[in-house]
Amino acid sequence: MHSYVKKADAIGTMKLIILNDYDQVGEWAAKYIRNKILRFNPGPGRFFTLGLPTGGTPLGCYKKLIEFYKEGELSFQYVKTFNMDEYVGIPRNHPESYHSFMWNNFFKHIDIKSENTHILDGNAADLVQECDSFEEKIKAAGGIDLFVGGIGPDGHIAFNEPGSSLLSRTRVKTLAQDTILANARFFDGDMAKVPTMALTVGVATVMDAREVMILITGAHKAFALYKAIEEGVNHMWTVSAFQQHPQTVFVCDEDATLELRVKTVKYFKGMMHVHNKLVEPLASK
Amino acid sequence: MPSNKSVSDAPITQFVNCRILREHKLQREDLWVREGKILDPEKLFFDEKGSADQRVDCKGHIIAPGFIDVQINGGYGIDFSQATDYVKGGVSLVAKKILEHGVTSFLPTLVTSPPDIYHKVLPKVQVQSGGMQGAGVLGFHLEGPFISLEKKGAHPEEYLRSFLSDGMSDLIETYGTLDNVAMVTLAPELPNSQTVVRELTQRGITVSLGHSVANLSQAENAVQHGASFITHLFNAMLPFHHRDPGIVGLLTSDQVPQSRTVFYGMIADGIHTNPAALRIAHRAHPKGLVLVTDAIAAMGLPPGRHTLGQQVIEIQGLHAYVAGTKTLCGSIATMDMCVRHFKQASGCTVEESLEAASLHPAQLLGISHAKGVLDYGADADLVLLDDSLSIRATYIAGQEVWRK
Repeated sequence: MHSYVKKADAIGTMKLIILNDYDQVGEWAAKYIRNKILRFNPGPGRFFTLGLPTGGTPLGCYKKLIEFYKEGELSFQYVKTFNMDEYVGIPRNHPESYHSFMWNNFFKHIDIKSENTHILDGNAADLVQECDSFEEKIKAAGGIDLFVGGIGPDGHIAFNEPGSSLLSRTRVKTLAQDTILANARFFDGDMAKVPTMALTVGVATVMDAREVMILITGAHKAFALYKAIEEGVNHMWTVSAFQQHPQTVFVCDEDATLELRVKTVKYFKGMMHVHNKLVEPLASK
Repeated sequence: MPSNKSVSDAPITQFVNCRILREHKLQREDLWVREGKILDPEKLFFDEKGSADQRVDCKGHIIAPGFIDVQINGGYGIDFSQATDYVKGGVSLVAKKILEHGVTSFLPTLVTSPPDIYHKVLPKVQVQSGGMQGAGVLGFHLEGPFISLEKKGAHPEEYLRSFLSDGMSDLIETYGTLDNVAMVTLAPELPNSQTVVRELTQRGITVSLGHSVANLSQAENAVQHGASFITHLFNAMLPFHHRDPGIVGLLTSDQVPQSRTVFYGMIADGIHTNPAALRIAHRAHPKGLVLVTDAIAAMGLPPGRHTLGQQVIEIQGLHAYVAGTKTLCGSIATMDMCVRHFKQASGCTVEESLEAASLHPAQLLGISHAKGVLDYGADADLVLLDDSLSIRATYIAGQEVWRK
């Protein structure tokens, strides 16, 4: 690898990766995570710590990571994971719970150990205590090396919906009416069954990570991407907080760039030949 | 968060690289087993923080629930209805041998016999779980002697009986005991049979209709009293007639209560049932089809002449003839062969063919919470098959009991 790439990777500059479509976003993100883990060279007593999202956007990335594991390129034996959020009050084995999501779409396919995975317990007797201890666990794990996230059309990261403090930590959050409505389709269309609260990491919890990667796909997220990177830091678009993070990479598809300036898109597309080196297979194994 | 780590320290086996039959579909899933039962790995992962102690690579093969044969008269030279002195050993021998056909539980079946045979044989064989020693015995299937003279088939005429005033006392007098009895085949047109059907059903014994000249309304009446099975459909019953379809009509009857399913046994060996008849039954009532071998003592014996009891038989290919004739003397089908033939003849899916030998008989016997399924908590009685549906290995309670 050329030295300037290493430098680009290290200095405090936001990266915007623009790819053709959803599949390429998942693949690029998975390769990036793979390379991060491999370069870290985890082992006994040396764990790579990964923050993880749920939802449709990261699915393609999980599929690719599973492929890398099955092909023997990657092991999760010495990886610790922390999930962003979980609903309050639905059974852990409910098909829409984030426990179920992580189990079915990722954990059951790889060699990660149960004790190294962490998902907030939305059925804990004391929810505040559960949130506080989650922060403690992240600290005890030495902080998060790479936090991967997605965003909502309103620019929320995890369940930090518009108006969330950019200094927020892990806490109980009442869901926005929009989110509840959007979720109704997963709960037999019955509003009474849709969870109205969730536990979520705060914006500051994610900000603490050494590196943040946000995946954004689809035209419906285009405005949120514009607000995230071309306007100022704003608590109504919580993802914009990462403008102040020294190491953030946004990975998006063409559709998600619809609201961006041509200049912005051209600038980052011009950087792709450099950024793509970050996901090339590592030579030494 | 409550920890369930104390649930069990027993070793956990994870079958990987397999397609498992669950919820009527072959699914690319691993199968987890602990203490002989199928385990929910998600619960294990999140609640117990547990993981597998041992992995079994299934090399892409299919895992289905172990097969259940509800009608098998013997095999390997043993006739359950004859071997009065050696019956326990005989059942054990067959139980061991049929593991290679994927059968993990069965009902040893006795054809019409004199009371003293029942009195001697029934107490000697207990309901028992399967294991290394062989397939599990779920109880006896008593086919006769309360059947029709006109449709006696190969059953000896002199021992046929009917129900006198109080049907149950005749039944008890004949059989001696109903312990270890799982199924009784009777002819519902016999007077007083209704009381018997009701009483047997209440005792948890499955009543099957067969060797009978019953018309459809008699058959429906028996079903309304609790009967739930038809013994070897088409064989030993009135042929289908459009104005009175007889017992066969139960497959599409509207008099069967909504919550109930009538099941029917099929000898799908390509010899005892014409493939077209098999297809008619399957298309009319796919959820009720139960594959049975109805195998006789000659099953499992090599080609050539054998003396079985008073009879000399000759085995040629898949046929067993009375020696020197072309008269069939019974089925020598094995369960795995029936599964393959059924799939090929009916054009059904792999899933349907496997469920006809596992899920359906388990539902029939009312044990589908534990057997015939790969649901969490069910017994880990498994059969490993390749894509041609040949048996590669058989497991009972998670333990390998046979391998090719």
